[in-house]
Amino acid sequence: MLDIQNLHATVEEKDILKGLTLKVNPGEVHAIMGPNGSGKSTLTNVIAGREGYEVKEGQLNFEGQDLTELSPEERARAGIFLAFQYPVEIPGVSNMEFLRASLEEVRAAQGKEPYDAVTLLRKTREACQQVDLDQAFLKRGVNEGFSGGEKKRNEIMQMLLLEPKLALLDETDSGLDIDALQVVAKGVNSLRSPDRAIVLVTHYQRLLDFIVPDFVHVLSNGRIVKTGGKELALELEEKGYGWITGEEA
Amino acid sequence: MSPNAEINKLLESGYEAGFVTDIESDTLPPGLNEEVIRTISKRKNEPEWLLEWRLAAYRRWLEMDYPEWAHLDYPEVDFNKVSYFSAPKSMKDRPKSLDEVDPELLRTYEKLGIPLHEQEMLAGVQNPVAVDAVFDSVSVGTTFRKQLEEAGVIFCSISEAVHSHPELVKKYLGSVVPQGDNFYAALNSAVFSDGSFVYIPKGVRCPMELSTYFRINEQNTGQFERTLIIADEGSHVSYLEGCTAPMRDENQLHAAVVELVALPGANIKYSTVQNWYPGDEEGRGGIYNFVTKRGVCFDNAKISWTQVETGSAITWKYPSVILRGDNSIGEFYSVALTRHKQQADTGTKMIHLGKNTKSTIVSKGISASKSSNVYRGLVRIGPGAENARNFTQCDSMLIGDTCAAHTFPYIESRNPTAVIEHEATTSKVSEDQLFLCQSRGLDPEKAVSMIVNGFCKEVFQELPMEFAVEARALLEISLEGAVG
Repeated sequence: MLDIQNLHATVEEKDILKGLTLKVNPGEVHAIMGPNGSGKSTLTNVIAGREGYEVKEGQLNFEGQDLTELSPEERARAGIFLAFQYPVEIPGVSNMEFLRASLEEVRAAQGKEPYDAVTLLRKTREACQQVDLDQAFLKRGVNEGFSGGEKKRNEIMQMLLLEPKLALLDETDSGLDIDALQVVAKGVNSLRSPDRAIVLVTHYQRLLDFIVPDFVHVLSNGRIVKTGGKELALELEEKGYGWITGEEA
Repeated sequence: MSPNAEINKLLESGYEAGFVTDIESDTLPPGLNEEVIRTISKRKNEPEWLLEWRLAAYRRWLEMDYPEWAHLDYPEVDFNKVSYFSAPKSMKDRPKSLDEVDPELLRTYEKLGIPLHEQEMLAGVQNPVAVDAVFDSVSVGTTFRKQLEEAGVIFCSISEAVHSHPELVKKYLGSVVPQGDNFYAALNSAVFSDGSFVYIPKGVRCPMELSTYFRINEQNTGQFERTLIIADEGSHVSYLEGCTAPMRDENQLHAAVVELVALPGANIKYSTVQNWYPGDEEGRGGIYNFVTKRGVCFDNAKISWTQVETGSAITWKYPSVILRGDNSIGEFYSVALTRHKQQADTGTKMIHLGKNTKSTIVSKGISASKSSNVYRGLVRIGPGAENARNFTQCDSMLIGDTCAAHTFPYIESRNPTAVIEHEATTSKVSEDQLFLCQSRGLDPEKAVSMIVNGFCKEVFQELPMEFAVEARALLEISLEGAVG
């Protein structure tokens, strides 16, 4: 599904990814871990196509298509979803309005009929319930005045509705208390399916207690330096990153 | 392409109302002197008192200094290069009904989406709106006059009102904006050509929205319209104003005066969608819009101004309310969008004189490209205005990094019981907002339009339904362009 080969990418002329290789198949959950500054967030932003994140070398393919040729919105329509680390506010644009516009675009691109008003309302209410957000949030401006936890849950709510093929979660666990973490994990787990892949970027092992990954990768200095199963995360928790990266963690 | 370049590209869009109507006009040669004023007055067959009123205004104007206090930068207008009167030739023998109006004129308004055929409007699903269409210096027709007359509402061109209702015109003309009020108001008083006149009798709720549609067509012609709305005791009226002009390389002058009189218990809602030609990306052409709009509220009366301004090269406009009566209410809701090299200096004045008077100001300025957007507002509480309240919210949004936004709020309180609140914010359509929308499948054009619409929501809510739809569409057009 996602095929990354020897990827080199820069942010503001600075080399961040230096030959990263990663293959993600449908049905798999991958966790990307690593110390601060190792390039974790850069990876998700490069995949989603953020301005200023430039691919200099290597391959970035999604379902056989070269992602670098697609604009961010085209990538979204192709089924890639990025849950943001710091979701921004869009005052005055209601969550509902935003979801309707987004769903319309993404579903149209995938040859699906738009939801009628009744279905949309039902779907959005269900999604709210799943992430434990009051329905009143649908009427509020996108992330406007939301707490940190509410913003993260709002991201997961959008993800549930958009039903992406590839979900990228950028430090979705940061700043969440244990209850919120469980809610978010439950939402993500409900999306797990044989034809969908999930890439979790996280600094801490604790999220992986609730979303159990198939693979854990350690990113250091712009490359994946170690790959293992879920037990690798526990080892990292215990020993830190230093023993792998060769640096003091 | 950097995000800013992308946004700028979005903003290079066309102006859909920019066509010219090919019609023979009877236009006075450029220049201003007493003779010109006498000619205008004579053409309109005006009574002696009105000619004297015009001449008095002209003499005041001659002694006034050219205003330079606004945060605007443009070459001084040469008032002798402007023509002060232009009328389509076919209007010389005034058509008696809309059926007799030159079809070319009707087509112009049709093209602009302003139907002047009553039957068509009645057949439509929308609520009928009575329209007065002003083309250059004259009113070409007013719809739904019969229905309005039945309710006792007078809605006609001001030239007509001078003859049919001289007592009302004489009593109220210049009562809110005196001849010598300011430079452009004085000029307008001297040379005003046409505009709308509205009178709502005591206790009457006007049965439909009234609207005037202004169109400048002729080259080098100024439009100096004068609108006078009188809402008698306990009456209600909602009035809409729309404006467009062809795309021309030279600047055209528009200096209007609007006077609103809300007698005790009356309620006037005045909404404007101003889409004068803004000039091109290089700042060539566009309308110079110098407008004086003011209303006076007597006891328990209310005046509400709502404006959506996307046009004009230069905007100089401060719709104001004098809260003269006790318990009167003034409101100002404004969206001003500037792009290219447009400059807007706009805001409001709320003058609290009566007891328990209230005013609300919500201003949303959006600047893009190389434009400049200024909010200038005055809240004045007089010594007798016990328990006056004002709330001001003034938000600016910047799109890209080559534009400017300024806020100049003036607050003067001479009564210690007054409560005045002022909130101001400045925000930017950020790359983060744009990226959030894009990564949810929205293209940048839709994203910017959605973000800007969200920003303006509080003001759009104040517009009458159909106008709100038009305003949203106008913002979308103003923001749209080819996406690379």
